[in-house]
Amino acid sequence: MAEEQVLTAKDFKSDQEIRWCPGCGDTAIFSSVTKALPELGIKHEDYAFISGIGCSSRFPYYINTYGFHGIHGRAAAIASGVKVANPSLSVWEITGDGDAMAIGGNHFIHLIRRNIDLNLILFNNQIYGLTKGQFSPTSNFGQVTKTSPYGTIERPFNPGELTIGSQGSFFARTIDNNVKLTSEVLIEAAKHKGTSVVEALQNCVIFNDDAYAAITDKATKEDRQIILNHGKPMVFGKNSDKGLVLEGKKLKVVTLGQDGIGINDILVHDTKDPDPTIHLCLVRMNYPELPVALGVIRAVEMPVYNELVVKQIEDIQSKSKIRCMDDLMNSGSTWIVE
Amino acid sequence: MTKVTHVVELDEVVIRFSGDSGDGMQLTGTLFSDTSALVGNDISTFPDYPAEIRAPQGTVGGVSGFQLNFGSNKIHTPGDYADVLLAMNPASLKANLRWVKSGGTIIVDIDSFNDKNFEKAGYTENPLAKLKSGDYNIIEVPITSLTKEALKDLGLDNKSIIRSKNIFSLGIVYWLFNHPLNFTEKYFDEKFKKNPAIVEANKIALHAGYNYAENLQYMPSFRVSPAKIEKGKYRNLNGNLATAWGLIAAAEKAKLQLFCGSYPITPATEILQELSARKDLGVRVMQCEDEIAGICTAIGASFAGNLAVTTTSGPGLALKAEAIGLAMMTELPLVIVNVQRGGPSTGLPTKTEQADLLQALYGRNGECPVVVLAASTPSNCFEFAYIACKIAVEHMTPVILLTDGFIANGSEAWKIPQMADLPEISAPFAKPEDAPFLPYLRNPETLVRKWAVPGMKGLEHRVGGLEKMDKTGTVSYVPENHQVMVNLRMEKLLKIKVPDLIIEGNTESDILLVGWGSTHGHLRTVLRNLEAEGKPVALAQFNYIFPLPANTLEVFSKYKRILVCELNMGQFASYLRMNYPSINFLQFNKVMGLPFTVAELTKKVEEVSKL
Repeated sequence: MAEEQVLTAKDFKSDQEIRWCPGCGDTAIFSSVTKALPELGIKHEDYAFISGIGCSSRFPYYINTYGFHGIHGRAAAIASGVKVANPSLSVWEITGDGDAMAIGGNHFIHLIRRNIDLNLILFNNQIYGLTKGQFSPTSNFGQVTKTSPYGTIERPFNPGELTIGSQGSFFARTIDNNVKLTSEVLIEAAKHKGTSVVEALQNCVIFNDDAYAAITDKATKEDRQIILNHGKPMVFGKNSDKGLVLEGKKLKVVTLGQDGIGINDILVHDTKDPDPTIHLCLVRMNYPELPVALGVIRAVEMPVYNELVVKQIEDIQSKSKIRCMDDLMNSGSTWIVE
Repeated sequence: MTKVTHVVELDEVVIRFSGDSGDGMQLTGTLFSDTSALVGNDISTFPDYPAEIRAPQGTVGGVSGFQLNFGSNKIHTPGDYADVLLAMNPASLKANLRWVKSGGTIIVDIDSFNDKNFEKAGYTENPLAKLKSGDYNIIEVPITSLTKEALKDLGLDNKSIIRSKNIFSLGIVYWLFNHPLNFTEKYFDEKFKKNPAIVEANKIALHAGYNYAENLQYMPSFRVSPAKIEKGKYRNLNGNLATAWGLIAAAEKAKLQLFCGSYPITPATEILQELSARKDLGVRVMQCEDEIAGICTAIGASFAGNLAVTTTSGPGLALKAEAIGLAMMTELPLVIVNVQRGGPSTGLPTKTEQADLLQALYGRNGECPVVVLAASTPSNCFEFAYIACKIAVEHMTPVILLTDGFIANGSEAWKIPQMADLPEISAPFAKPEDAPFLPYLRNPETLVRKWAVPGMKGLEHRVGGLEKMDKTGTVSYVPENHQVMVNLRMEKLLKIKVPDLIIEGNTESDILLVGWGSTHGHLRTVLRNLEAEGKPVALAQFNYIFPLPANTLEVFSKYKRILVCELNMGQFASYLRMNYPSINFLQFNKVMGLPFTVAELTKKVEEVSKL
């Protein structure tokens, strides 16, 4: 019998020097990943980390699993191929906002639509870091960057909306400086069968510092973030006295104890609801109107592409008379020349 | 059925079936080809169809054709000019008349020869009047009305009845060539198993056409004796199917799972379709969102230890360029099949051309050599797809296999090989003792690295598109290392053992014809014809484009005049000039979306021989 591997975070750190800038959010996310992996009970050699191009895409060099550093935008396609070729692997795609949603937008939506069983960590810093500070598809409207010196004139994508719009089965959001939450969310992502999209809000200290300052400031963050848990009422705030209710078609913040609002009036989070309506409302919430939603927002069972690939082949093979190339080549219309 | 007509014996016959793109001419041609092969003729076929699925009915742009050359000799091409043309309407006559031999037979559906169709075809008057006084044997048959009459009692709707007129025509042509009907009847039985009414209608139409022809007084009748063909079991095979089968055969031999990531594109789609259908043989196929995802999923699958392929045509190869560089840099096995079509840009999707040669050789950023092979006949697409896989796996490199619309859609008789007779394919997998795994540690002789795939314990490593340090594979910007790695990647490919060039024809001749890929059939026929006239020439046909055969210069040095014939503006000739600057290369080029004709090649060779 094979020896049980007991792994720790240390077992996932490669000997390569980490070259992200000091203070980069990537380092914290890396740390969360190495904390999460030993919890999954998967053999070390069965992990494959696949990335595209960008700061975050250097990730596979720092983690000592099997790793593949691809080309810009194509990590989703490469990772899809890895998983379909060998479904027993635990495949992780590392990508950024430009890699996944600009140059790789097509692969991103089709990966999600197919629901291939892999885990995608989208490092969203709302800027192009490796090319030194141009706007990305998630930069704010009007944001001044090197290629938008007078402000951008395009509206940003919301990765959660795009995931749900692509019929995504799993979407979670976390933030770089909350290592505990990130690890928990990644464990849930890994357990989910299908494409698990985890948006990690990530601070770029050099080109877009404090992009998330409004929701990360220690003094106020609990009032500006809401960490969602399946089956639990959507309560947040420093004193856990705020909650979300549905008013008409919109979410609204209420205060517990005011206007006769009790805990039973607060929406209960249901990640498993196939109807994406509330999930869409949750991923769209933004400060200052509403708190920013973190945690697992959607986790719905749907047909998994790589499982269907295998099943279809097994079904056909169980019925087919053609079992090898010799059978095929000699099937149908043939003739003998004497 | 007894025949009283005088039967003329022929060595070789070319028939062209033509009609509207919805008239079923491809099926008619295919059924005739199958019967020809089954009675022992050698065959070569070529379909010629419009890019539009249903171009305006009755117009020249909507004409779909299928040409077949069958004979009692070895047949190398579908033939230049037709002995018999079947034209279902005026437009197909107009589109194809230039391809009919003088003295040829033209069978027309006279029901469709009316003013409305003349106008659609761009005729100002009935063209038959003029043709009859010329050098053609025109046979006017009211095909549509006779088909209706034959099927009137079956209770079929008018559309289904009209649809059978191609089968009525097939009956006529079968009589013309003394072909039996039973193979086609058997096809109907199997194809329409679930719809006996359609089986019956087709059989009646087939016999009606055959019997009608028998009763025509002025109908010629021919017989083509069986060809002297090497003993064995045969089947008819087109190039795309042969390619798909070659890939599957290689995976089976190498004991690897076959993965295909691809995107539909004319004229390569049939390979993707066949691989998708081969779930019985365990082929994993992803029809991707685009060409780039096609190759990138394949690269992922290759990293994971599958035999990975992607299939495309010229525009798709352009889109895949960056990813080919990635596969080359990571030194992973990958086969890229490019079924060339008329370019540039969207070009002529359904027509043939050889103009992607330089794209295949050089169309990437950086110093990025990959192996380039070219198949030269419909059936040897099998062999070269197989060899492409063998080289890719054993040398850990991307291989581009070039075929083209002509051989991809063309078919010929193929002697079925046995898997046991095909060469072994051995993947250089890493073993546990290779830990800690250095991805760019090489076999000192072949310079090939080992293949460690996720799931192998203790061999975890990282590869990617950034330049890597020799042996260790860590990211490296060291100037000297980049030079070393660029050199190594090229030397690795130059060490691949490629079979020597074979000279066909008369090796003592002054003239050497040079071709590559799909022109082989035409060039070989030129060779045969000139030999028969006592004008011997030699031919060197290239299947290995990069690396080139080691004896190439030696071969070239023996000839006074070297004529490089290709369906582009001289790409292979330029490539040869670069490699062999001491040799003078003459060129013969054509870019009309069509194969060469034997006639034009022969004329050119005769010109060159007078130089």
